[in-house]
Amino acid sequence: MIRHIAARELRTLFLSPLAWSILGVVQFILAYLFLTQVQEYARLQPQLAMMHNAPGMTEVIVAPLLGTAAIILLLIVPLVTMRLVSEERRNRTLPLLLSAPVSMTEIIIGKYFGVVAFLAIQLALVALMPLSLLIGGSLDMGQFAAGLLGLLLMLAAFAAAGLYMSTLTAQPTVAAVSTFGLLLLLWLINWAGNAVSDSGSSGLFAYLSLQQHFQSLLSGVFDTGDVIYYLLFIVLFLVFSVRRLDADRLQH
Amino acid sequence: METDSLIDVQHLYRYYGTHCAVRDVSFQVKRGEVLGFLGPNGAGKSTTMQMLTGNLAPSAGGITINGVDLLEYPKRAKTSLGYLPEQPPLYRELTVDEFLAYCARLDRMANNEVRRAVSYAKERCGLSDVGARLIGNLSKGYQQRIGIAQAIIHTPAVVILDEPTVGLDPIQIREIRKLIRDLSAEHSVILSTHILPEVQAICDRVQIINKGELVLTDSIDGLTRRMQQATLIVGLHRPPEAATLKAIAGVLEVEALDDGRFRLHHEPDQPPAEALAEQAVSGGWGLFELTPERLSLEEIFVQLTDNEAIEEAA
Repeated sequence: MIRHIAARELRTLFLSPLAWSILGVVQFILAYLFLTQVQEYARLQPQLAMMHNAPGMTEVIVAPLLGTAAIILLLIVPLVTMRLVSEERRNRTLPLLLSAPVSMTEIIIGKYFGVVAFLAIQLALVALMPLSLLIGGSLDMGQFAAGLLGLLLMLAAFAAAGLYMSTLTAQPTVAAVSTFGLLLLLWLINWAGNAVSDSGSSGLFAYLSLQQHFQSLLSGVFDTGDVIYYLLFIVLFLVFSVRRLDADRLQH
Repeated sequence: METDSLIDVQHLYRYYGTHCAVRDVSFQVKRGEVLGFLGPNGAGKSTTMQMLTGNLAPSAGGITINGVDLLEYPKRAKTSLGYLPEQPPLYRELTVDEFLAYCARLDRMANNEVRRAVSYAKERCGLSDVGARLIGNLSKGYQQRIGIAQAIIHTPAVVILDEPTVGLDPIQIREIRKLIRDLSAEHSVILSTHILPEVQAICDRVQIINKGELVLTDSIDGLTRRMQQATLIVGLHRPPEAATLKAIAGVLEVEALDDGRFRLHHEPDQPPAEALAEQAVSGGWGLFELTPERLSLEEIFVQLTDNEAIEEAA
């Protein structure tokens, strides 16, 4: 059941020009960054050759690429998730799902997986660029994999937050703006954490930040704590979404 | 007897804030029956239907669909339910075939049955020619039919249609009505409308709801009886004295109208039509009209909904 709902979501995305233009634009910008990064690496190569424990291609090219990809997709994901529920509300197509023998949880998870599948396609396209380096060099596959996992978890977390925002409103644009606001806040919240590191409250803010957990994965450190943070984040927003959708039926 | 009622609604209430949209509504629908749900705008028709289909949770009361409690086991109950809301829920960017296949899968049909179900539903709703077209490009009439196809695709025991003929042209309305009649052979149908002749045309039973309360539940035959009044209109070219008319057995009162017509009030169960015709022929009165007068459904409707207003005012 979840599969069918997810497949429908994905199909609808690709039936509108939105998905194609997002894939194209993101790919174009990241390709540009990738190439400048490659150029930078080529420029630094003489110096790197003299260093004892020099950073490799993965650190110089791949990690910054994935880091930037996360920021660009923070701007993009709200546009993908905004219509998930809000548009069904506006077009009054929700009764189709609500009167079908499908639970609220299946509806939400189905829609969520539809978007995550789209983001996975986007991620696969991004991953092709570092992989092309294998033609003329070698990559630290462990660090690369950790970085990709980090980006995937990050995108999945963005999608969960976006889905929740979409259940709150009947206006896709409102959902997009509020998702963007929420994600940006969670991205920046560790700035406050850094500023008050003496007082001890930094722990909480730093822990809440999406960025903090991503950094360690990007540098190749796989900490189960980080993965659990993302999973908790996703589950939390999915549960919120189910409850919000269910609340439509109830008395208010 | 109990097992044969596919829908059983008990003391349903629904509040929006402090406003009570549906108050103590109870009814049953049997297999093969078409129930017309009638009421002015805002009377609670749609709210009741949304509760029957699990789109709204009732504030109090119970709903059983095909023997399964909707509130307790929503998934199981919903498998025997097909619903067309006021506005058909269509994904405009899909083709008719894609959309119906998706609906069939949502209704938990096995993959190998989906294709057959889609073509069957298309055939029944006259959509066979437009299967490959985008829903968004089709006319309102087709979209309405897709909405109905979507509701019956899994051959549910209960079909609930909220104003299915709204916005259609007269020919389409006739087609849809015929379709609904056909459906009632295998399904129970609940149909909401505020178009009164529609109810007379397709329903077996009528319920009138006003301000959230049921004010009338009756079969169509019962309703027709209600509509019969104890009056007869007679038209005579060469009318006799009023007293002669009054002397006919069963006539209680004679009221003269213009153009040689009379309204005869008679005993409810013995219309004097036959005796009158005989006398008219033998007396050479030149009979040109003889019609029993009927109350229209509109009048009954207005009576019922007005009474309510008067009670409320009192």
